[in-house]
Amino acid sequence: MTTSTPAASRWQRLRDSYLLYSFKRDWGAQLCLAILLALVTMALLAPWLAPTDPYDLAQIDILNSELPPFWIDGADTRYALGTDAQGRDLWSIILYGTRVSLLIGFGAVLLQALLGVVFGLLAGYLGGRIDAFLMRLADIQLSFSTLMVAIVVGAVVKATLGGGFYSNHAVLMLILIIGLAEWPQYARTVRASVLGEKRKEYVDAAKVMGLGSRRIMFRHVLPNTLTPIFVISTVQVANAIISEAALSFLGLGMPETHPSLGSLIKAGFDYLQSGSWWITLVPGAVLVVLVLSINLLGDWLRDVMNPRLYKG
Amino acid sequence: MIAFLTKRLMHALLVMFVISVIAFAIQDHLGDPIQQMVGQSVPESERAALRHQLGLDAPFHVQYLRFAGNALQGDFGYSYFYREPALEVIARHLPATLELVFGATLLIVLLSVPIGVYSAIRPRSLLSRFFMGVSIVGISIPVFLTAIILIQIFSIGVTVTLFPESSAWGGWLNAALSTRGSMPSFGRGQDLVHVVGHWDTNLASLGGLKHLVLPSIALASIMLPLFIRLIRAEMMEVLQSEYVKFARAKGIAPRRIHFLHALKNTMLPVITVGGVQIGTMVAYTILTETVFQWPGLGLMFLDAIHRADIPLIVAYLMIVGVIFVITNTLVDLIYGLVNPTVKLTGKPA
Repeated sequence: MTTSTPAASRWQRLRDSYLLYSFKRDWGAQLCLAILLALVTMALLAPWLAPTDPYDLAQIDILNSELPPFWIDGADTRYALGTDAQGRDLWSIILYGTRVSLLIGFGAVLLQALLGVVFGLLAGYLGGRIDAFLMRLADIQLSFSTLMVAIVVGAVVKATLGGGFYSNHAVLMLILIIGLAEWPQYARTVRASVLGEKRKEYVDAAKVMGLGSRRIMFRHVLPNTLTPIFVISTVQVANAIISEAALSFLGLGMPETHPSLGSLIKAGFDYLQSGSWWITLVPGAVLVVLVLSINLLGDWLRDVMNPRLYKG
Repeated sequence: MIAFLTKRLMHALLVMFVISVIAFAIQDHLGDPIQQMVGQSVPESERAALRHQLGLDAPFHVQYLRFAGNALQGDFGYSYFYREPALEVIARHLPATLELVFGATLLIVLLSVPIGVYSAIRPRSLLSRFFMGVSIVGISIPVFLTAIILIQIFSIGVTVTLFPESSAWGGWLNAALSTRGSMPSFGRGQDLVHVVGHWDTNLASLGGLKHLVLPSIALASIMLPLFIRLIRAEMMEVLQSEYVKFARAKGIAPRRIHFLHALKNTMLPVITVGGVQIGTMVAYTILTETVFQWPGLGLMFLDAIHRADIPLIVAYLMIVGVIFVITNTLVDLIYGLVNPTVKLTGKPA
């Protein structure tokens, strides 16, 4: 199937691909990717870029609380974007918060994709009762909206395990909750493509050769369903980041001592009426730029790759 | 038709059964009623006796049947916090949420149809591109952030001093970009008009309507872009179809083709998606009501979670489940009625 030098041929294929060709001609997509990469790099390098460590209580002084950003009178030169209500440097804590948001966003999407791909493959390839059961489950979950499922599961888990335990393992909990709440999107997409692929001749050929179902599913059918998976993944990452922010805003997510962008917005909201708008709106702006750049990239990918997505 | 109806109803009952089992399992596993009823010094033997007397040692299915029987009669137990029947608490909070959803739905319907149709008819015009750009920004802003921005601009006010005040146009630009901020952003206000029972309405007085404006815009802001994009996509597809081309060839006025012939078929998928979005809407009412302290079901549910008010949480889940199942079933039935091409008895594709 592949040539003798797969690495070189893949690189060549990428260079000749329509994807790269249209990327080079679309400055909007380039800008979005640049912003996204910049944000991801900043988040990854947070411990080195941030002037203070927001998790270190010794570096925080409550006397520095609610200082405005640099362009407003009364700003402190040490804190470029101002400080929050606890006196933490807003720039540092946004860097760390973006890191947490991205970690949960990508983690949750990995889990969703894993569950969704396996369930979608099983449902589409095996059909019958497994298909009916899994798709009914997906229908029910989707009719409740993924955010609702996440809120309810989050609330119940928090009430069952107790607030302290939940806060200590918040990252893992949020990945699990958002992952479990949103797998049906993947399962439906994968199932729809599998149903299309299943009828093709190469699958028949593989069956005639006596290959097992598992091998056909994962080695032969799965690679041909990757395009739609790839396309919906962008939107799913954006959704997962928003879901995480929503859960944190409701107090069901990251605690304020270890904040994500959502819990920063929540913490700052209490100080909005007293005039300190930057504590909530600056992290909010970062969240919007992050999600917007992912969504725009997703739109662009969808237009370029034009997969037959499952409709309805 | 009968077969389709039966199938849908069976499905609805199955979903309700699953929800009730989950809700009961939550109630069963969270907390021990005996521990809350008796003191520390009561010995284990007496606790067991009390447990037996109250039927709490019965097998899971027996207890579930008791719970389901009570729930069917509208008895979800007493709220720990309000010390009154959980259903009563929900009935008291329901009108506020319904009015908020009504306001948001009104905005969505009034805005999404004209904008969606316009940007489908003239996809390349500047205004359409503007609407599409705004809608993707709208999707990317979480609903609670939209709400916060609305509060900052229209309730607290923004004073812009970006331009030099002394120059001729600077002062004017500053004033034009600044907002005074007088809109109420907290709760339902005092100007409520009593209608019937638990229903005090915001809709019957100017003060009440003012309180409803910002929360409705916030709640609508998340769904509006979705609907605009959906209506646009469906309409563009319909405009390519044979019968529209034929109507054009016949010389029917474009206005009549767009709004009578094409719009009808555009709205079909919009109905189904709209029905599914009701679920999303309920989730977003929780967020919107939290920001605006709107005393509806969403805020009540969140408070119940923070107070670990189990009976109220369970009652909320059951009521929301009923609302979902009824709306989804109705949407399916309406869709089956208005679209004769739907295979009523066949398996879903």
